[in-house]
Amino acid sequence: MTAENGPRRNDGQAAAAGPASSRVAGWPGANGQGTRQNSVPALAVTDASIAFGPLRAVDRMSFQLDPGGMLGLIGPNGAGKTTMFNLIAGSLKPDSGTIAIGGVPVQSEAASRRISRGLARTFQIPRPFAGMTVLENMLTAPQGQTGERLLGNLVRLKDVRRQERAAVERAEELLEFLQLSRLAGEEARVLSGGQRKLLELGRAMMAEPQIILLDEPAAGVNPSLLDFIIDRIAAINARGITVLLIEHNMDMIKRLCGRVLVMASGRLLAEGAPQDVSRDPAVIEAYLGGAPA
Amino acid sequence: MNAQFIVDGLIAGSMIGLGAIGVTLTYAILRFANFAHGEFIAWGAYLALAVVAAVPFGMVPIGPFSFGWMLPIAAIAAALLTGGLAILIDWLLFASFRRRGSATIIMVIASFGASLALRSLLEFVFTSKPVYFTRELQIAMPLGGGLRATPDQLLMLGVTAILVIAVHLLLTRTAIGRQMRAVSENPVLARLAGVDVRRVIRTVWCLGGALAAGAGVMAGLLVQIRPYMGFDLLLPLFAAAILGGIGSVPGAILGGLLVGLCEALAVQTVGAEWRAAVGFVILTLVLLLRPQGILGKAAT
Repeated sequence: MTAENGPRRNDGQAAAAGPASSRVAGWPGANGQGTRQNSVPALAVTDASIAFGPLRAVDRMSFQLDPGGMLGLIGPNGAGKTTMFNLIAGSLKPDSGTIAIGGVPVQSEAASRRISRGLARTFQIPRPFAGMTVLENMLTAPQGQTGERLLGNLVRLKDVRRQERAAVERAEELLEFLQLSRLAGEEARVLSGGQRKLLELGRAMMAEPQIILLDEPAAGVNPSLLDFIIDRIAAINARGITVLLIEHNMDMIKRLCGRVLVMASGRLLAEGAPQDVSRDPAVIEAYLGGAPA
Repeated sequence: MNAQFIVDGLIAGSMIGLGAIGVTLTYAILRFANFAHGEFIAWGAYLALAVVAAVPFGMVPIGPFSFGWMLPIAAIAAALLTGGLAILIDWLLFASFRRRGSATIIMVIASFGASLALRSLLEFVFTSKPVYFTRELQIAMPLGGGLRATPDQLLMLGVTAILVIAVHLLLTRTAIGRQMRAVSENPVLARLAGVDVRRVIRTVWCLGGALAAGAGVMAGLLVQIRPYMGFDLLLPLFAAAILGGIGSVPGAILGGLLVGLCEALAVQTVGAEWRAAVGFVILTLVLLLRPQGILGKAAT
């Protein structure tokens, strides 16, 4: 079964997101380029399955996501959403099926290789490097820097300094975008739950992803911060970054996603516009306990 | 009491501190106490000696120093080779245990085995007879306040300071340094965040081995070269790393200097035969009173 993202709900919202959402140097689409230039799906999952003993956590899931699109992934607890994320991100390997990023099968690649292909993710429970500053947390994410090699630091000092300056500049811009600038020098351990979510979003963005997987970005976030997070996700997507979003907060899903997939018991239960699937009897049944959670 | 113990202690402490940096980094990132680290010190000294012996020129003393320009070149070569040796040992031994998810105690015991093998190999190739980079005699210069030091000793203190600052900058201002700290804090998260953990581990071994070689060359120049020179430094190395706080480079060097000063003080006050006990006493006291060390962070 295939689901392509429909008309993106956030198109208008991103434009109205305000000045902070407008320009961050180096973002895909930052120069106003379109987001649907490529016919190859940004992400294609085909018949992906994984079982833990007798439990089929993900069972023949298939869907596609166009470049620059945003797709919601919802379902009751235990439906297999985060496992699906883990399969895409490379934390788990599927027993069968394929996962392709930009048309390239990646199901047997390590997580770090997928990151270098432009895939980034956040976690349901944000996990910063607590003993490092907020800025340092951001700076752990950039890929392919000369300074990642000991020898590079010794013989290509000029390149290292130039890349380091660029990375710091980008991190500072993103921290400003996420309204974390004043905390840049603080250890990440002092951040609140919501701020940690924002930091994870920023760290994921530092890897300059083409696709970003957001695992419950609204979970445990106070309502005043929620609107801000929604606004930032819309702004990120408006820059052409493909977003796959797991979320229980249907208001957030309705505001951000033109189309959603509903999972239950590891399978694709329904797909469509958020307001349509929320009225689907099978979906209501799954959420109210008709299907095993 | 003679204040000369301060100079003696700082010089011994520099050697201990350089070695302790490798111990502290290995422990912080790979989470086991590598008892083979002392052998990297001895191998570094012998490799530098081999380079010096292989080149029949360049050992005419420069200025006030006891060695020629070949020794710094040999030291750089030894640092690279010892870094390579450390990576090789990891590849042959520790990496396979990591892949199997072996317990820490297995890694520690394996490091004991590696230590014995490396030391025996040195004895086999070079014999147990002490050797020297140079037999030039140096006269200690007065530094004021009754303190004296040879030009070689002062140079080694300066070199240590430069190396420590360089390593500190590497850890705090470069991508690989941040990645090392990230892996030290949470290796699983670091991997998921895109850090190449295997490269970080290789870097730690290489850096630790190279600094150990530096300590070995220093010890060889100021004292003598023998197969047990690294083994004898092992307890002070661990005392310094734990005293300074595991994972902290400034802590390792501070710990090294304090251990060196305490050893020198013990030689003056209670006798040279008690010198070896100083590291053990410091290690015990720190573990009892402040397990996180001076600059380490308490576990939360």
